[in-house]
Amino acid sequence: MEHKIYLDNAATTKTAREAVEAMLPFFEECFGNPSSIYSLGAKSKRAVMDAREVIAKSIDATPQEIYFTAGGSESDNWALVATAEAYADKGKHIITSKIEHHAILHTCEYLQKRGFSITYVDVDEDGVIKLDDLKRAIRPDTILISVMAANNEIGTIQPIKEIGEIAKEHKILFHTDAVQAYGHIPLSVKECHIDMLSSSGHKINGPKGIGFLYIRQGVKIRSFIHGGAQERARRAGTENVPGIVGFGAAAGRAFASMEERMEKEIELRDYLIERIAAEIPHCKLNGHRENRLPNNVNFSFEFIEGESLLIMLDMKGICASSGSACTSGSLDPSHVLLAIGLPHEKAHGSLRLTLSEENTKEEMDYVVECVKEIVAKLRSMSPLYEDFCKKNK
Amino acid sequence: MYSEKVMDHFSNPRNMGEIENPSGVGTVGNAKCGDIMRMYLDIDENNVIRDCKFKTFGCGAAVATSSMATELVKGKTIEEALKVTNKAVTEALDGLPPVKVHCSLLAAEAIHAALWDYAEKNGIVIEGLEKPKADIHEDEAGEEY
Repeated sequence: MEHKIYLDNAATTKTAREAVEAMLPFFEECFGNPSSIYSLGAKSKRAVMDAREVIAKSIDATPQEIYFTAGGSESDNWALVATAEAYADKGKHIITSKIEHHAILHTCEYLQKRGFSITYVDVDEDGVIKLDDLKRAIRPDTILISVMAANNEIGTIQPIKEIGEIAKEHKILFHTDAVQAYGHIPLSVKECHIDMLSSSGHKINGPKGIGFLYIRQGVKIRSFIHGGAQERARRAGTENVPGIVGFGAAAGRAFASMEERMEKEIELRDYLIERIAAEIPHCKLNGHRENRLPNNVNFSFEFIEGESLLIMLDMKGICASSGSACTSGSLDPSHVLLAIGLPHEKAHGSLRLTLSEENTKEEMDYVVECVKEIVAKLRSMSPLYEDFCKKNK
Repeated sequence: MYSEKVMDHFSNPRNMGEIENPSGVGTVGNAKCGDIMRMYLDIDENNVIRDCKFKTFGCGAAVATSSMATELVKGKTIEEALKVTNKAVTEALDGLPPVKVHCSLLAAEAIHAALWDYAEKNGIVIEGLEKPKADIHEDEAGEEY
């Protein structure tokens, strides 16, 4: 079929028309360097300032606290490595969770090799961080807590306000990777006592290659890129003006429409969850039933493997994602699914569908029919299902 | 990322299913790694593989290599079937992505496992056939999930 049903918005989103149109003048007409003194440069400078203001307002911060980066991974790397370096005299212990994105986990591994000790706090079966474990993990030498705002695979929203309060009480810095949450659910850095927050443009219908790190005024961490005075000399290099402008436009759009978009996505999400749960045997919803991102659906189907499912869905014009090993290029399935207690074979059979406001109920009906048909086909081919049926005869 | 042949064998797998009262059946791989292949063989009195069927839990390449392996051994004698290597399976599929080469190893191993079962059932020794390694039932005994 010609028409593609795109259900992988947690991977990336379609760039919004408003964002593209906002960006276009900054390639040919207003191509000036924001640091230049003449009016052509001033136009670029103004545009960057405007975007920074929109974004600052969206998380309850001030423009001076927003630092543009090349994306979520860079922001995560910066927050962790620079905090570790700046506070190494105070202590060398960092607390994070077992279900963070690899941009956090691999940066933690890097720091571990350089003498830092990391505690990876467990999550419960819904993927919610265990707050008591988090509290118990705090030591006199703990310098940073980094816990994601919402999980990219299973969509579970973390109690970041409670975590922020715990961190504040113990005078520990709190960073949150909000790449999946920003622009999808309300976030206030003040209310949640967040010291640093990472975000990315292309997850909210902005362009790729642009993100920001919010650094609360007063948090002293080193510059990420040394050079010119851009981004208050903390992240040197000529600004990605079209990217910043596009990100600003996307953020403005996302926050203006958030309430109605959330409502629409939650309705579609719940419809999809309920139909799959009711109509496909031997499946399990992964992630918290209520406290989950408005657009996230994640199921495990027993006796089948995720990559096969994805290829067959692709043949039906459906773009989706899975936590199976084969889709990650390693032998192990998703660390997130293992952390919520799924055995390996069930983690291999996971399917993530992440919606957007453009999806329709008709599309969801088509998707359910396709998933049903494909899961049945793959089960008929599965030796695991054969064994299961023989055992339960 | 897959060749047309792989996609063809994945979407229209040949010889998928079970054989009632097979001469030999072998299962290799384990669910932990995300690949399990089961091969059923029907072998006649002249040691010719009359029929071969498979069931596979795994990725696109796992299904395609199983399907191709059944095609390559069907109608062959045991001796000829033993010469069907993972390389032959890969080549017949016009190649596999490097990370998927282990699927072809598993497919060849599944045939060997079924032949081993046949040999054991009949109390014979098949020259050149070694005891298959990646048998799931052995894995299950030693591993905790």
